[in-house]
Amino acid sequence: MAFQILLNVFLAFCWMFLSNDPSAAGFITGYILGMLSLFFFRRFFTRQFYLWKMFSIIKLFFIFLKELYLANVSVLKTVLSPKLNIRPGIFAFKTELTKDWEITLLSLLITLTPGTLVMDISDDRTILYIHAMDIEDAEKAIFDIRESFEKAIQEVSR
Amino acid sequence: MNGNEISEFITVFLMLIGSIISVISAVGIIRFPDVYTRSHAATKSSTLAVLLTLVGAFLYFFITESLVSVRLILGIVFVFLTSPVAGHLIIRAAYRSNVKLADSTVEDELKDALHQKD
Repeated sequence: MAFQILLNVFLAFCWMFLSNDPSAAGFITGYILGMLSLFFFRRFFTRQFYLWKMFSIIKLFFIFLKELYLANVSVLKTVLSPKLNIRPGIFAFKTELTKDWEITLLSLLITLTPGTLVMDISDDRTILYIHAMDIEDAEKAIFDIRESFEKAIQEVSR
Repeated sequence: MNGNEISEFITVFLMLIGSIISVISAVGIIRFPDVYTRSHAATKSSTLAVLLTLVGAFLYFFITESLVSVRLILGIVFVFLTSPVAGHLIIRAAYRSNVKLADSTVEDELKDALHQKD
C-alpha cells in the first residue's frame, strides 16, 4: 500500500514537471490522473488497489465511533441505575490476527467498546484475556461485535 | 437565528455533553466495587468526554476566528491512542500484584492461565 501511494505521488510530480505548473492544483490534477493510471494497471501489483484499503480504514473508523458511542451509553446506564447488579468476569478470547499492530489495534478497539477491557495477552499472542463488566448478556453480543472488528482489521491488512 | 448563533449552539452543546459525561464517569469511579470495573468507567467515558470538549473548542475557533488549530486535532488523536493503553496497563499491573476482584465476579479464566505457567 505504501509503495502504491509513493508511486502515485511520484506520478503527480511527473505531471507537475510535464505541465510546468508547480502549484497545489497541478499536484492534485496529477494525483488524480496517477490514481486513474494505477487503477488501470492494478493487475501488475501484488497487493490490492490502495483506494479500497483506504475505504476499509475509513469504515473501521466509523465502526469505532459507533462503538464508542454505544459503550458510553451502556456505561451511563450502569452508573446511573439505582441498584448495581453487574456481574463482572474475565473471559478468554482467541484471536486469529497474527501481526503485532493488528493485535494492538484490536485491543484498543475492544477497550473502547461496551463493557470490555483487555487485561492481558498470552505470551504466544493468540489469546486475549478480557474483563467484561456484565458477563451474561455481554458475551454473546460482544462476540458478534468483535467478529466485525476482526473482519474489518483483516480487511485492512489484506 | 443566524449562522453564528447556530454554530455557537453546536459548540456549547458539544462541550456541555462532554462535561456531563465526565461528571458521570467520576460518579462511576466512586460507585463501582473494584479497580477493574472502575477502570471501565475511567477509560471509556473520559475519552469520549475529552473528545467532545476538544471538538467543541476546535469548531468554536474554526467558526468564529476561522483558525484551524492543528494542536487540538493532535490532542484528540493522542488522547485516543494513549488512554486505552493506560487503562490496560493499570489493570494489568493491578492483576499481577494480586488486587482482589469484586465479590460479584463470576468467572476468572486468566487465573488458570497465569498459574499454569508457574
